[in-house]
Amino acid sequence: MPEAKAADDTHPAPTASSVRYEGATKRYGDSDSLAVDHLTLEVPAGEICVLVGPSGCGKTTAMRMVNRTVEMTEGDILIGDRSVRDRAPAQLRREIGYVIQQIGLFPHRTIAENIGAVPHLLGWKKDRIQARGAELLELIGLDPELGDRYPAQLSGGQQQRVGVARALAADPLVMLMDEPFGAIDPINRERLQNEFLRLQAEIRKTVLFVTHDIDEAIKMGDRIAVMREGGRVEQYATPAELLMAPANGFVEDFVGADRALKRLALMRVGDVSLWEAPLAHVGQATGEVRAKLARPDVEVPYALLVDAQRRPLGWLSNRDLAGDTVPSQPDSPLGPVLDRDDILRDALADLLQGEAQYAPVTDHRGGIDGVLSIEIIAEFLGSPEAEKE
Amino acid sequence: MTAPALLATVGDVGEGFFKERTSGSLPCQAKPDQVFCFDWAREHIDRFGTPTLQHFEIVLFSVLLGFAVAFALSLLAHRTTWLRPPLLAVTGILYTIPSIAFFFLMLPVTGLGRDTAIIVLAAYTLQIIYRNTILGLANVPASVKDAARGMGLTERQILWRVELPLATPEIIAGLRIATVSTVAIATLAVFISAGGLGTQIYGGGNLTFPTSIIIAGTIAILMALAFDVVLLGVQRLTTPWRRARSA
Repeated sequence: MPEAKAADDTHPAPTASSVRYEGATKRYGDSDSLAVDHLTLEVPAGEICVLVGPSGCGKTTAMRMVNRTVEMTEGDILIGDRSVRDRAPAQLRREIGYVIQQIGLFPHRTIAENIGAVPHLLGWKKDRIQARGAELLELIGLDPELGDRYPAQLSGGQQQRVGVARALAADPLVMLMDEPFGAIDPINRERLQNEFLRLQAEIRKTVLFVTHDIDEAIKMGDRIAVMREGGRVEQYATPAELLMAPANGFVEDFVGADRALKRLALMRVGDVSLWEAPLAHVGQATGEVRAKLARPDVEVPYALLVDAQRRPLGWLSNRDLAGDTVPSQPDSPLGPVLDRDDILRDALADLLQGEAQYAPVTDHRGGIDGVLSIEIIAEFLGSPEAEKE
Repeated sequence: MTAPALLATVGDVGEGFFKERTSGSLPCQAKPDQVFCFDWAREHIDRFGTPTLQHFEIVLFSVLLGFAVAFALSLLAHRTTWLRPPLLAVTGILYTIPSIAFFFLMLPVTGLGRDTAIIVLAAYTLQIIYRNTILGLANVPASVKDAARGMGLTERQILWRVELPLATPEIIAGLRIATVSTVAIATLAVFISAGGLGTQIYGGGNLTFPTSIIIAGTIAILMALAFDVVLLGVQRLTTPWRRARSA
């Protein structure tokens, strides 16, 4: 078949395509109520679009119309510039990755055979399927030896990773993921979400991701479509826009009263303007340090002891500064140390956990970059210009 | 139908059996209350060869025929849901017809002999094989079929590559029950001159001389066990994933 041949040329141009809904509608029988109501939205290539909403809002139906496991009654959906209707459903589906909550691995096939299922359908050669399988097992962080096992011999989390690998096997233009982490326990779910985001940064697929969990939507989505009963999209926006400016009462309710706090999940520590800490070195004259602290524009009322590489060692108390030179063992412990790349929400949690007002923030080499305080976060939450990027 | 008339239809192996049996000079044959006569068994064991082979063939061909028909019906019913209850009813009715009556009912159609026996016995296997195949196909998890469809398998590929392999344990379980019961019922094939181990059980005068019945019965039991072991082996070979689960 032509697709298989085209894919044989070492990586052809598009590995992801945009998805465009053009008035796509699903009506069951003759009923007046629509499962999906004239849905029009575009997902740019390489982005994750989350369809989120309460159960019965038509989000899964909207997703399934893309691979025609549900046939739309009106309108059209384009992948790239091609309508999903211009080829046989089975043909279309082989170009689209499909991950579902119940995973649906073939119990009678080994992990390697499961991953090779779509390449096999596309007529790939045996050694190419094998090589691709090994590559994907590595990509999802599974021991290549597991390739010979059967699904029942793997944990739920491992099975879900295999489900993702199987969907990626033939390098699809689009991935459909229907509550993919919904049946996983919270701890493993978070891990799988992070893994998938790391993977996505590498593979840059266009992903349609269905969930009913707004927190997951905010975490996973480049764009979020909030849907409500009757299959209508109430707002289609980036997570930041959604949290800053909900389009209406429904979106506001759905996003939740704590949407201000949720915004913290979108920001990294390096995104807010940090305070500058008065620095001190071991052996430095305490008079110099006291002079720094006495300046009127000082933001942090304590001096931070750092080593020669500017790595934070601890906070200096008044007693530490009572002597002539700065001691090597500060009186009070260092407390939490944050990284510029930490999520702001996690940073706040660290501060509260450590019962600290301030925490030093380091860059990727571990050197001091600034200080984050509870006050900075409070100001950020109160500011209207807390826009992402 | 009276007993002598019924026995008259028994094939040639039964003819003159009583005379032959008493004509020897073995001591235990003279004692009517003797349960098992070892001397006779030793001397006549070769007479069981041909009936055993006949019996084996009858069972093999009836189960193969029954499987072919039941399997086709199952696939039909799997695709056409409304056909399931009527097909279940029809095979169920066939299953309830008393075996001897069924044999004689078929006589005007197919005549005496092995073919009639095979057709009747195959009809008996339909119910169990059909029901188990439908059950096995119904037990395939919906999520697996959903994933298969979403990956681009056609309906035919889903049936042959996903549903039937996953239904194999139930299908073979049905075959095992059907085969064992066919080994037993096939002893009645003697009444339509189809041969088999029945000749050594219902043969003329046998009922007063249990030794032959015991030998034939033992062979039938061993044959049923052998079929069962072979089918079990087939199941293990075709469903390696089921053992991996417990490992």
